[in-house]
Amino acid sequence: MTRALALRMTGRLPDAAALRRLILDPMGAVGLALVVLLILSALFAGLLAPYDPTAINVPAKLQPPSWDHWLGTDQLGRDVLSRALYGGQIALSVALVSTGLALAIGMFFGLLAGFGPRWLDNIIVLAFDTVRAYPVIILALAVGPLFGAGMTTVIGILVATSVPYYGRIFRTSVIAAAKAEYVEALQAMGMRGARIVVRHMLPNIIGPILIVASMDIPTFIAAEAGLSFLGVGVKPPTSSWGLILDDGYKFIRQTPWLVIAGSVPLILATLGFTFLGEALRDVFDPKLRKEP
Amino acid sequence: MLAYILRRIGLGVLVFLLAISTLYILVQAAPGDPASAMLGPRATPAIKAAFREKLGLDYPMPVQIFNYLTSVLQGDLGVDLKTKRPVIDTLAVHLPRTIELLAASLLLAACLGIPLGCMAAVRRNSVFDRAVGVLSVSLIAVPAVIIAIYGMLIFSAGLGWLPAIGAGEEGDLLSRLRHLILPAVAVGIGWVGYLARLVRASMIEVLSANYVRNARAFGLREPRVVYRYALRIAVAPTVTVLGIGVGIMLGSAVFAEIVFARPGIGKLMYDAVILRNYPVTLGAVLAATLILIVSTTASDILNAIIDPRFKESRE
Repeated sequence: MTRALALRMTGRLPDAAALRRLILDPMGAVGLALVVLLILSALFAGLLAPYDPTAINVPAKLQPPSWDHWLGTDQLGRDVLSRALYGGQIALSVALVSTGLALAIGMFFGLLAGFGPRWLDNIIVLAFDTVRAYPVIILALAVGPLFGAGMTTVIGILVATSVPYYGRIFRTSVIAAAKAEYVEALQAMGMRGARIVVRHMLPNIIGPILIVASMDIPTFIAAEAGLSFLGVGVKPPTSSWGLILDDGYKFIRQTPWLVIAGSVPLILATLGFTFLGEALRDVFDPKLRKEP
Repeated sequence: MLAYILRRIGLGVLVFLLAISTLYILVQAAPGDPASAMLGPRATPAIKAAFREKLGLDYPMPVQIFNYLTSVLQGDLGVDLKTKRPVIDTLAVHLPRTIELLAASLLLAACLGIPLGCMAAVRRNSVFDRAVGVLSVSLIAVPAVIIAIYGMLIFSAGLGWLPAIGAGEEGDLLSRLRHLILPAVAVGIGWVGYLARLVRASMIEVLSANYVRNARAFGLREPRVVYRYALRIAVAPTVTVLGIGVGIMLGSAVFAEIVFARPGIGKLMYDAVILRNYPVTLGAVLAATLILIVSTTASDILNAIIDPRFKESRE
């Protein structure tokens, strides 16, 4: 599947040479290493975590790093390393689920707008513009508590606010692709609109969009941490990097370690995914320089 | 051009009306209804019913929306449940603080990002250029909340160089500025990276243009060519990102205001959400949405004026 996509995007397979270029690019190598490290530590959090991330041990509260607790303990004496490892699971799941859902829904509406009747296009674009009018974090802060803090709410907000971005990209791509000769040929052969879009246009336009989406993963990771920090995200005692950061902020005068423990995994994750995304884009499609 | 500007403003107004109507429906339709939320768990059904009637929540939804829109357009955003004064007065105190923070952040981003991008483009493929590239990407990647907390950890709690909380003494410019530094860095530093990348890319394009070659052929000194002629053209695309930029910066401002307990829309909302002060929460979202819509509309219009081709690309 990905090989076929890469073939269509770049006209050639992601051969060993492309992968070698990715690894030889210092940014790509660092990014890939960080992302692999993050995925492995999240997958095997249960095996790697030295303690139960929710086990409270008040006498051992707010300890600096030691052999027993590599990243120290929080205000309830919970092991911060264990909490950070499990926090990685939350960060990754929220980012991947949100990206996937936003892409799928954005694709549906984008294709509908791009290939559907004019009035439907106008309505969908207006709806996209309306959603994009809200500053995401501020909207989340307002409506999050109404739906109850938790992972579902975070994913719901992230998906709802990013659908318009993907929707617009799909719409523009479909409109551009509709002028292509192969589409005219298919129409001349009497093929129906929906079939052309799904069977023929989609495989042609989705590659670059997937790269754009992969570059949004760090944004979603940061948003999950941010929302949890604000109290509209994941709720304690579940572990999240944002919650560790929030604890760290509350006890910043007593110890710097909680802030460091909550921020280092978050920084490494966002840097890793950003570096990898940049390098991937350069390797697979040098033309696809994403404007900020 | 005038027709485009008017149409763009009309669209902005329409989107604003739709956005506040949607928000109203969302708040009413959410599982935790504002009446129960504001009155607390001990309110009896009779009290709730009276309260709903007082706020006009017993009308059909379209009527409610119409009433809400009418009062919003008249500047009536309800009463702040904490201070018992009109919400618009509360916003009038906090909104300028947020705008001040956004302006300082944009200034910081422009003052650092544009020269960095320009110098990187002039020394293309040098070590300096690569370093700016990695730095830009890193600045973009690190979330504002982390910069804010580290700023506080290092420069306030640790070294004690800069104040940790508040927005400074009213009327004391130096104190206000000192309080502005850390939050502005937290909000603006990511945009240093964005602007550096953007200016570098457009500068490289401009430096290979014919008129730059001509200027050099006429024997103009290199700094004059780069900074007087090329840079002026190369910074124009930064206007295109102003709209998106303000949206993201508003989010970052929430974190900076909360971390540094600095008055502003974000801090106001955060406190209002905890107190279930719904009119203020809604009012703050409205104000923030309005800032975003005005900035995207302005950025689109500026773009169309700078480069008329832009109009068609949006249509």
